[in-house]
Amino acid sequence: MSALQKTPLLEVQHLTMRFGGLVAIDDVSFAANNREITAIIGPNGAGKTTLFNCLTGFYKPTVGCLKLTRDNEDYLLERMPGHDITKHARVARTFQNIRLFSRMTVLENLLVAQHNKLQRASAFTLAGLLGLPAYKHVEQSAVDLARFWLDRINLTARADFEAGNLPYGDQRRLEIARAMCTEPALLCLDEPAAGLNPRESAALNDLLLDIREEIGIGILLIEHDMSVVMRISDHVVVLDYGRKIADGEPEAVRNDPEVIKAYLGEEDTEELPDVIKQDVEAAAKEEN
Amino acid sequence: MAVETQVSSSEENGRPALDWQAIGRELFFTALVAFGLTFVLVGMQTADRGGELIIIPRFTDVVYAIVMLTLGRFGYIMLRYRRASFVLIASLAAFGLSFVLPFPSLFLETMCMVGGLLIALMAVVTLIRHRPGIDMRERDRAMDRAAARFQELSRFIGPILVVFAIILPFLPFMDRQYIDIATLLLMYIMLGWGLNIIVGLAGLLDLGYVAFYAIGAYSYALLAVSFDLSFWVCLPLAGVLAALGGYLLGFPVLRLRGDYFAIVTLGFGEIVRIILLNWYQFTGGPDGIGGIPRPSFFGIAEFLPASRDGITFAELFGIDFDPMHRLIFLYFLILALALLVNMVSLRLRKLPLGRAWEALREDDIASQSLGINRTNIKLAAFTISAAFGGFAGSFFATRQGFISPESFTFLESAIILAIVVLGGMGSQLGVVIATILLIGLPEVFRELEQYRMLAFGAGMVLIMLWRPRGLLAHRDPSILLHGRKGPGADRIEAEQKAAEATR
Repeated sequence: MSALQKTPLLEVQHLTMRFGGLVAIDDVSFAANNREITAIIGPNGAGKTTLFNCLTGFYKPTVGCLKLTRDNEDYLLERMPGHDITKHARVARTFQNIRLFSRMTVLENLLVAQHNKLQRASAFTLAGLLGLPAYKHVEQSAVDLARFWLDRINLTARADFEAGNLPYGDQRRLEIARAMCTEPALLCLDEPAAGLNPRESAALNDLLLDIREEIGIGILLIEHDMSVVMRISDHVVVLDYGRKIADGEPEAVRNDPEVIKAYLGEEDTEELPDVIKQDVEAAAKEEN
Repeated sequence: MAVETQVSSSEENGRPALDWQAIGRELFFTALVAFGLTFVLVGMQTADRGGELIIIPRFTDVVYAIVMLTLGRFGYIMLRYRRASFVLIASLAAFGLSFVLPFPSLFLETMCMVGGLLIALMAVVTLIRHRPGIDMRERDRAMDRAAARFQELSRFIGPILVVFAIILPFLPFMDRQYIDIATLLLMYIMLGWGLNIIVGLAGLLDLGYVAFYAIGAYSYALLAVSFDLSFWVCLPLAGVLAALGGYLLGFPVLRLRGDYFAIVTLGFGEIVRIILLNWYQFTGGPDGIGGIPRPSFFGIAEFLPASRDGITFAELFGIDFDPMHRLIFLYFLILALALLVNMVSLRLRKLPLGRAWEALREDDIASQSLGINRTNIKLAAFTISAAFGGFAGSFFATRQGFISPESFTFLESAIILAIVVLGGMGSQLGVVIATILLIGLPEVFRELEQYRMLAFGAGMVLIMLWRPRGLLAHRDPSILLHGRKGPGADRIEAEQKAAEATR
């Protein structure tokens, strides 16, 4: 529980990412707070996942500054190698297409997430190789942390199963638990509700709200499911074709004409073929 | 396919009626294919007669091969028609006849024997299960389960094997030849375990492992010959030098992935061999290095009939000199080294480093997202694995007493890799079994002469067909929350079945 009030956690300034001639992200700036769920929404290809990849070091941004503030210390993410972003700045992420270590067990997945802590405790393998008690102790505490998250996601009974054999919904939750086991300051979730049934989706909402309240970290969320976004997010950023078109409270964003245009298409129907134009006009008349 | 449909259309006492026309057609094609395959390859032997190349026809062999293949096919077809008891009797008769009939070559005789037995086995299965053969997935699952159970048992099998290996040299039937084979097997087991770290755990396809083996061997040979250092000083030094080689190779290579990675390691293996071959002043080039000192008994006593300075092993223990003493000592030396490698890798698997290797093998992008420094982890795999290769190399040098670049060809890398892959990636016991199959059997069947390598190839193809993920592909978890008897233990199988059903 670092701070009870909301403090700025992540500041994205003038982020631009170009792949050759393609501009995936064009001069995007926004900020995300501690103890807040910030949703990033937008149509397909808007650059949401690219933004995540820049944040977590998989891409180096062409222009821009990504500043993370943790414990009164600033980390410039764009200058750090990918693994250090998780290790020092403590940004953890999940993936759009689940990336578990599928032939390892559920528990092993959660222990790999605590690699840096354990590696240090095992004196870079030497103490561990000799089986020193100091290492055993730290390993037990790592298992305890894993168990804490297993209890949270109701997977304790299946801790010794191969992760790849779990049902889809369990795999999604396990991936979140794995990210949480890195003890992050900022958790980036790439479409966590994709493919979940309504009940699983509701359970996920509760899990995310709990993480926000109890662990007190910031969550960055890419999501297509508007019901999830509207229900749990404190702050919404809307991207379209790599540009930021709206930023604010969920209610305000929902009624933003720019956002409606991005999602439902242009209101002006000039370029549409005649048949469709007639349909659209008929629909408009009916509404009136 | 045509046969299959006819089988289901006309039934007679629960057994399909014989369609002689279709059978005849199938047999004719079998004979034709057999003829095409054997006419040139088996039927004509080239021989060097007084400097001139002549062809010796061996058409009896061809006739035998075609008749055997056609009969075998006939048995197979009859099984499809569920005439299993007939096939069983006929195939056993063929097995019996193989001892009586005058076969033109040993190979054909063995083929007849093995073929008869195989078809008899299929007939028995058909008789028991009331349908021809077992289907592929069922067989795979049964084998997976068997392998998993075997792996479970490996906790007991391992120590039993170690005890067996320790008493082996003192068994009455062990003579010089068997000790030599056992030592050779242990060398390959050790190399397999060493490579298993890179290939099995870290999932990096290394085609040049022999380079580290060579560096170890040459380090020992050069240090021992030029500086007169003892084996016990050189062994760790050779390991360190090989590890250094692994570290150096690691840097440029680790940015690469998949096929490109494999090609560069292949290149590294060849580069090391070519340097050894061409740096004449340093390595002796193709002449190799001879007169490599043999290991002493921990620097206390020599394995010699008489020693000029110091005492001999026989004197130390007050026994008669026997050249076998050194062989048995070498055997125990490699056994200790191999067990060391095994213990370290088993330990490593349960440490964060080992788990990170496996995580990298499963998904390296996810590993990076969890804060794992991929480069360091891969370098560690290379360095440790290379050090083990170096130990094996220096043992090789001291055992042979002579080394040359010829011992470190790509074939050597390929054999070690085959051991790891056939054994089941990451499985320690799998390496032992695969070594016995790949190295032990060819040694035992030296009488088969040139067909030895053919049998080797056939064995590899068969294993890959039946167990594409290796003999023991079951992975043992490195840590269990609920213990061995916990809810995970039995449910893993249930879960796997469920997963396969949905697939």
